[in-house]
Amino acid sequence: MRSRIPIRDVNAADVRLHVNGEEHVVPVQPRVTLLDCLRDHLGMTGTHAGCEHGACGACTVQLDGEAVRACLIYAPMAEGYSITTVEGLQPNLSELHVLQESFWDAHALQCGYCTPGMLVAAAGLLARNADPSQAEIREALSANLCRCTGYVQIVEAVRLAADRLQQRKPAP
Amino acid sequence: MAGQGRFVADIRLPGMLECALVTSPYPRARILEVNREAARALPGVHEVLSGLTLAAQVTPLTHGIEVAGIAWYPLAVDCARYVGEWVAVVVAEDRYVAEDAVELVDVSYEPLTPVVDVEAAMEPDSPIVHEAVGTNVIYRRTFTWNDVDDDFESAPERLSHRVRWGRSSTVPIETFGVVAAYDPGTDLLDIWASIQMPKFSEQIATALRIPHSNVRVHYDVDVGGSYGVKRGLKHAVLVGYLARQLGRPVRLLEDRLENMIGGDAHGPDRIFDIDVAFERDGRVRSLIIRALDDCGAFPGRSVLQLGKPIGAITGPYRIGSVRYEAICVCTNKTGQVAVRGFGQAPTNFALEATMDRVAAATGMDRLEVRRHNYIQSHEFPYRIPSGTEYDSGDYETVHQKLLDRADWPTLVARRDALRAKGMLAGIGFASVLEPSGGNAAFEPLLNPHNDTTTWMESCFVKVDHDGCVTTSIATPTSGQAHETLMATVIGEELGIEPELIRVVHADTLTALPGNTPVASRMAIMMGGAAAGAARQIRDTVIAIGAHDMQVRVDEVEYANGDVVVRGRPDECRTWMQIVAIAHRQYHRMPPGFQPGLQAHFVYQVPKGERLPAADGTVQMYPCYAFEAHLPLVEIDPVTGRVRVREYYVGHDCGTIINPGVVRGMLIGGIAHGIGAALLEEFRYDSEGQPLVGTLLDYPMPTTLDIPDVQIVEHCTPSPLTSHGQKGAGESGYMGAPAAIASAVNDALGPLGLRCERLPIRLTELGERLAAASRSGTLPAPEDLQR
Repeated sequence: MRSRIPIRDVNAADVRLHVNGEEHVVPVQPRVTLLDCLRDHLGMTGTHAGCEHGACGACTVQLDGEAVRACLIYAPMAEGYSITTVEGLQPNLSELHVLQESFWDAHALQCGYCTPGMLVAAAGLLARNADPSQAEIREALSANLCRCTGYVQIVEAVRLAADRLQQRKPAP
Repeated sequence: MAGQGRFVADIRLPGMLECALVTSPYPRARILEVNREAARALPGVHEVLSGLTLAAQVTPLTHGIEVAGIAWYPLAVDCARYVGEWVAVVVAEDRYVAEDAVELVDVSYEPLTPVVDVEAAMEPDSPIVHEAVGTNVIYRRTFTWNDVDDDFESAPERLSHRVRWGRSSTVPIETFGVVAAYDPGTDLLDIWASIQMPKFSEQIATALRIPHSNVRVHYDVDVGGSYGVKRGLKHAVLVGYLARQLGRPVRLLEDRLENMIGGDAHGPDRIFDIDVAFERDGRVRSLIIRALDDCGAFPGRSVLQLGKPIGAITGPYRIGSVRYEAICVCTNKTGQVAVRGFGQAPTNFALEATMDRVAAATGMDRLEVRRHNYIQSHEFPYRIPSGTEYDSGDYETVHQKLLDRADWPTLVARRDALRAKGMLAGIGFASVLEPSGGNAAFEPLLNPHNDTTTWMESCFVKVDHDGCVTTSIATPTSGQAHETLMATVIGEELGIEPELIRVVHADTLTALPGNTPVASRMAIMMGGAAAGAARQIRDTVIAIGAHDMQVRVDEVEYANGDVVVRGRPDECRTWMQIVAIAHRQYHRMPPGFQPGLQAHFVYQVPKGERLPAADGTVQMYPCYAFEAHLPLVEIDPVTGRVRVREYYVGHDCGTIINPGVVRGMLIGGIAHGIGAALLEEFRYDSEGQPLVGTLLDYPMPTTLDIPDVQIVEHCTPSPLTSHGQKGAGESGYMGAPAAIASAVNDALGPLGLRCERLPIRLTELGERLAAASRSGTLPAPEDLQR
């Protein structure tokens, strides 16, 4: 089969996205979701597709600190926001975010597919509420589905992270 | 965790093309014409393939059962047999363009009358799903073990009942995906897939009519959950064919609709009719079980999934005789796949519902009835009527530990306090087995021409010339922590910190024989293979050390990698010295030894040496883990909403290799079970249209649905395995659905209501409660105190 030369995408327009502290300019069609833009056009594959209709939370990213579904947002709609993905949680390449360490220590991931969404949602919670109860943790993660863990170890990990953050705070 | 996973959707190959599927809107229809012109003309589209073209080039896919007349191809050929069945595939530069083109493919159908109800499908005048078979009943066999008729004749009590297990599945958050790339220079087809399937590469090769060693499946792909269902045979054959035809890598990533409706990944859909004969003190003498399964349009593994539970057909109980009739029937619905437990969870539900019925009939406490029937700890190994021997267990002790942990009297008091506030509340109980280890036995049991017994797992271990240990495993991993398992077992045997052991995944060309993580088998089988290989390494190290010190092997001891003469601690060869001898100093090696320091071990499943007998008696899996569940549920009497408030589980899987992993499996399995009991079902209307296609109509448990599960562990090691371990991969799911049903029935008992079917649907329960309220058996809402 003769392969065809890709046609230049005349419907694409430049979209300016601020992701994990860096500015990106990428030409995409307006119908491309933020999820697909991050994954396929910016090469950040940490954010995952689970349903593409907003039900599972695997695509959770933050816009200005608020957890949202990247599958339900078109890329151009994300212009002007500060976008945080799981790749932006680590303070630097050799250090993990306290939530990532805690997920590891508490065995809060098995297949790892829901994990980026969970981490981003949990990071949002801890930014708003440094001392969440078990019920508050469950409420904050109630829109993120996991099929492996049954959630108990995830909730423990978030509480462990909160404890660690309290310990790291300088004494008043 | 850092977003650096490598799932199928993350794989990027130069020139890779993407697929989207054209699917049937009819449950049953003749396909008259597939008009591809407009779709092919769309810029960015490379191919539009129809079933007719593909069927001429590939061999039909294999099912688990030999049934002449079912031709299963990735794309429907002459007839569509369920809504969502794949009819054509579009291959394009990206998924957006492919989906645009799907809308331009013009298929003409002649709709036919479908058959949707499984009992109607057995009637002589029913439409036939596969006309060449002549019937929808594709498997039917009755097994009788010991004297069932006599036991029923002479028993003082008998009862009959029916329960239904609704069609659900494990529905991982990652859908199935596969990439195929073909290199004509080496004539090699490379496959990366989100896979959990034995003989995957073999079946792809067979379907594409190429030698098996022309296919290489890569196991170093992260799999986003599977729990049985990721078999992807039609997906892989499709992209394998397309990659070879187009000369470009091709990827098929199911979207959620393709996955839910067209992926052939639905689970068991069963009606159980059960007769039980018992004593007045609740001891069960005999069981007659008829299990009718609706496998949809293509049977997949469904018939075998009816056979596997034969290995634990009497549960943890001392029951003398059994008749088991397994019937598998086709309808015009999505095809069925292997689901976590391979039929054991529905069977356990049927058994436990029966035990609760026996309790009600005798007026005995449900938990006491179990105690009267448990196999006692001194009776192991225990042979059940169907021929399987349970390896070990101590059910009574786990039962008691569970009640102590839950503090039974206060649990009952909390239930009663909820009732006093006007809620319905119930405590459920289920005691069930998790068969583990796997075995090929269900193959020859159900397909007499398939005389296979081999069911193995392998491990390769090497110590390199720097003293580093690497192990290569022959399996994909979907969250079961195989790397931890291997490092722990090998570290244990060699006396090395597990963190220092490198674990890599082989591909199917470099891998030793294996059967992938099905059947709750890896702790047993990969653990056993790892122990076997590591022990060989250890023996070699001892032999090299002893030879170099000119003493006998029985005069030295192995001490975390060093070899020391017993009683003379100064006479020693260190790990690094022995490694140097092995890799560089052949003149110091024992005569006849191979250079280097490496071992491989291929481990046959314990007790897997014999074919089934003619009457169907068979040793199914080797090891039997036990679990007892005790949930407390509350039901809102107005809305019918069921809330699981507390959950206690007693669990015995023998020696635990990693406690965090086992805990995660158990709680995850309980969550699956709660979903199957209360939330999840693939429903169809009477015309065969699916009512469920997205996660919005297939609700799965969230953090708000699963309580903080309290676990009490017990350990009766298996005498058959390398470290006494049994499996835990299906734990929780084995008993949770039964336990939730039991709890709901305990809550509804005072109203004289009973649920006989899973899932227990909110709307149905709400309606039944409203009817009870109108008839006066339930207090009016305004009279309830909350």
